[in-house]
Amino acid sequence: MSKDDQHITSYKTISLVLLGLLFFTFLTVAITRVELGPYNTSAAMIIAGLKAALVLVYFMHLKFDQKVFGIMVIFVLLVFLAVIVVTFFDYLYR
Amino acid sequence: MEQHTQHVDEHYDHIGSKMGMWLFIFTELILFGGLFIVYSVYRFMHPTAFHLAAEELDVAIGTINTVILLISSATIAMSITAMQQRKKKLCLGFMFATIFLGLVFLVNKYFEWKVKFEHGHYPGSDTLHELGHGDTLFYGLYFFMTGLHALHIVVGLIIIGFVVRYVINDKVNPERFALLENGGLYWHLVDVIWIFLFPLFYLIH
Repeated sequence: MSKDDQHITSYKTISLVLLGLLFFTFLTVAITRVELGPYNTSAAMIIAGLKAALVLVYFMHLKFDQKVFGIMVIFVLLVFLAVIVVTFFDYLYR
Repeated sequence: MEQHTQHVDEHYDHIGSKMGMWLFIFTELILFGGLFIVYSVYRFMHPTAFHLAAEELDVAIGTINTVILLISSATIAMSITAMQQRKKKLCLGFMFATIFLGLVFLVNKYFEWKVKFEHGHYPGSDTLHELGHGDTLFYGLYFFMTGLHALHIVVGLIIIGFVVRYVINDKVNPERFALLENGGLYWHLVDVIWIFLFPLFYLIH
């Protein structure tokens, strides 16, 4: 039965992911308090990316679902990345 | 006479309905993604104004709201676990907790915006006009993006409210809970968007 082989995420996993997300939140607040100059932005964005990945992989179930969902998400992110790159080439070199 | 036993195959495609939800989520990601690009370009063009304007935002209230949203994301994920374990009451409890946290988020947002309005930092205000183009852009984007996000919170709450009704009358049940999962996906999407809004507006100086 297809219903029975559905993955059940345990409360423990969800709680651990939540703790990780809260840790990263306080880390990013602490890091941006320190003056790192231009690295502030990159540090905050990298941490935000990690947090988003945690939510996507565990809460949004990408780790346990059919592979096609993960592939679709990666594809959309690549398209978005391409748009960012093209836009900034335009603004940097016009 | 032939025996007439009616056999009804209810159409239920669990993966298909999740796929549809993901496709919708992609359009939302691109919508907010476009706004993030607009924000980055204007920040690149007006670095000083964005730097100073961002310092005006209340990091404390932003952090509290981030924590609230993260916890609400965990509670909606737990409601699915409870549903799969056939614990209906627990499932409903987690969903009500999510709705409560979402409402708290909106109340915080109201007080945050209220302070901004009192300081004259709202789109079209004279104060912003005097501060110049960069500040006008920053606060325009701030209100539009956090406002659009808050609208998504409202929609998410309505969706979860509907799912609560279906869980109560067992239309959403342990054999058939794609609606709960899709409602959860929407709520997580709102969380993911906030994960990027928070550092961009409140933290990066």
